[in-house]
Amino acid sequence: MSEKNRSENIIELVNIRKEFDDNVALKNLNLNVRRNEFLTLLGPSGCGKTTTLRMIAGFEQPTSGQILCNGKCINDVPPYLRPLNTVFQRYALFPHMSIYENIAFGLRLKKKPESYIKERVSAMLNLVNLNGFEKRSIESLSGGQQQRIAIARALVNEPEVLLLDEPLGALDLKMRQGMQMELKDMQRRLGITFIYVTHDQEEALTMSDTIVLINEGEIQQMGTPEDIYNEPKNAFVADFIGESNIIDGTMVKDFVVHFSGATFSCVDSGFGEDNPVEVVVRPEDVQLVEKEKGQINGVVQSVVFLGVHYEMHVLCDHGTDWLVHSTVMSPVGSEVGICVTPENIHIMEKSRKAVAVDVGGADDASEVEA
Amino acid sequence: MKKKWLSYPYMIWMAIFIVIPMALVLFYAFTVKDGESVRFSLANFQKFCQPVYLKVALRSIMLAFYCTIGCFLLGYPLAMILASKEYVKKRMLLLLLILPMWMNILLRTYAWMTLLEKNGLINNFLGNFGLGPYQFLYTDVAVVIGMIYNFLPFMVLPIYSVLVKMDHSLIEAAEDLGAGRLTVFRKVTFPLSIPGVMSGVVMVFMPAVSTFIISRLLGGGQFSLIGNLIEQQFLWVGDWHFGSALSIVMMILILISTAILNHYDRDHDNEGVGGLW
Repeated sequence: MSEKNRSENIIELVNIRKEFDDNVALKNLNLNVRRNEFLTLLGPSGCGKTTTLRMIAGFEQPTSGQILCNGKCINDVPPYLRPLNTVFQRYALFPHMSIYENIAFGLRLKKKPESYIKERVSAMLNLVNLNGFEKRSIESLSGGQQQRIAIARALVNEPEVLLLDEPLGALDLKMRQGMQMELKDMQRRLGITFIYVTHDQEEALTMSDTIVLINEGEIQQMGTPEDIYNEPKNAFVADFIGESNIIDGTMVKDFVVHFSGATFSCVDSGFGEDNPVEVVVRPEDVQLVEKEKGQINGVVQSVVFLGVHYEMHVLCDHGTDWLVHSTVMSPVGSEVGICVTPENIHIMEKSRKAVAVDVGGADDASEVEA
Repeated sequence: MKKKWLSYPYMIWMAIFIVIPMALVLFYAFTVKDGESVRFSLANFQKFCQPVYLKVALRSIMLAFYCTIGCFLLGYPLAMILASKEYVKKRMLLLLLILPMWMNILLRTYAWMTLLEKNGLINNFLGNFGLGPYQFLYTDVAVVIGMIYNFLPFMVLPIYSVLVKMDHSLIEAAEDLGAGRLTVFRKVTFPLSIPGVMSGVVMVFMPAVSTFIISRLLGGGQFSLIGNLIEQQFLWVGDWHFGSALSIVMMILILISTAILNHYDRDHDNEGVGGLW
């Protein structure tokens, strides 16, 4: 026990590389998961996030590198001996067993006495708000209920780490949002480390303590949701996490940047003088003002009403296309001014190559529905 | 329901080749020739109840039972191998399994005759070790071997198709919850494949209980199984009435065994032959 307390990291991935035939799924991945944190592996389809999770669970072996659990290498430990449990994307509940038997599965293998099993199963059903569902069959449940049972089945074993592989992917929006809150709440109450895989950036922002953004087998950025949203390290991160305007610009000197045909003051420094950079401005940080009062001028090209706000495209005189979110609508064709305050301008080093991103992971979603 | 006429050819087909023959079999079974006229009688069934015929029926069931067990024991591991990750993409293996089915059953069975003969390959081989020669041919063992060989694909294919379609994440989930490989098989893979096993059992048992070719060639000349008995009645004795009665008894046997299987399979969704009930 004392050894456990000493190491703050419950899971460590050291120089993990994974190849499938000729494809490199993960290139030299290093990742530490702290005890009791809610860590999300986020990224587009095929970025390697699920592979990472499956290696932690033991369903895949890394081509090279080490997986440590509580400081001990578990590369050669089979899945059934690892102190982790998984919630699968499509629940993977046993269709030939009742709900009771599904949840009791892990305890029965541990040869626990029946009275204990009964107590634990009903405690778990209570936890996931499905009291009295013991005798029901799996088919009689809705998708959301099945997911709760899958969570109960995993948690009943009191794992040190719970791995969740896009567990809400098959649920509708309303239910997904409800479950997000419940999961987060559950994680806090139980004090279990959650490693959560998703392609949904909103989900990641809502639930996580730490987000690990992965693309093409490499970690792009790792940090708190606030860090990742406000201080994206590169264009991929900025583009994947929320919508953004990414504009080529020049860093004139510290705290002064030139882009879109105008010079702005900003809060970033250390990018040198007259260096090419990329400027990120979130659409909700763009202010539309009267034509003369803006830092740059443009013409509204399109307006879409999205409920909370309007989404507008503004083509500015310099030729840059701006995406603007605002609760105030400016009609198509109207001339407007654009203002951005210094703290809303974020400077990134110019990425060497353009990254094509399939935001939203359409592949994953269609897979679930199929 | 437009284009209802499209179904007429099938209706006619079914009438000519299913309904009328069945009616004829029933008619013959429940009648006897009385001089020139024909009258209703249960005599054919009474005749069947003689010990000599009951024994034949029992023997048919026993041999078909052994054959089914043999097919299951051989077929299940084979289906698992075929459905496993390494082989599932190699269609060739499945083709090899089905290939012999394209050959005439007579040929396949003759092949076993030459293998099992006193001077056959197997006895020759055993002779090298100073064993034998054994009398394989014209024994029940030979008949069961022939049945297993001929009907094995009927067991493998339904099990294979169930295993191939099985959600692999169920197996991973079981492993994740602490089950070793054997426990995964016992608690998840096998229970979920039972519908396939049931289909396989029915599809093997039915032809096995009614075969007459295999038992004639490998079991010797005597009418050893109910299929041979029926063949005998129609082709040589010419007693169509008794032959029909025997056919009906066999149909009832098969129906009963299917129903029993289905009873045990009730908890599962079944798509196979067992689902007829």
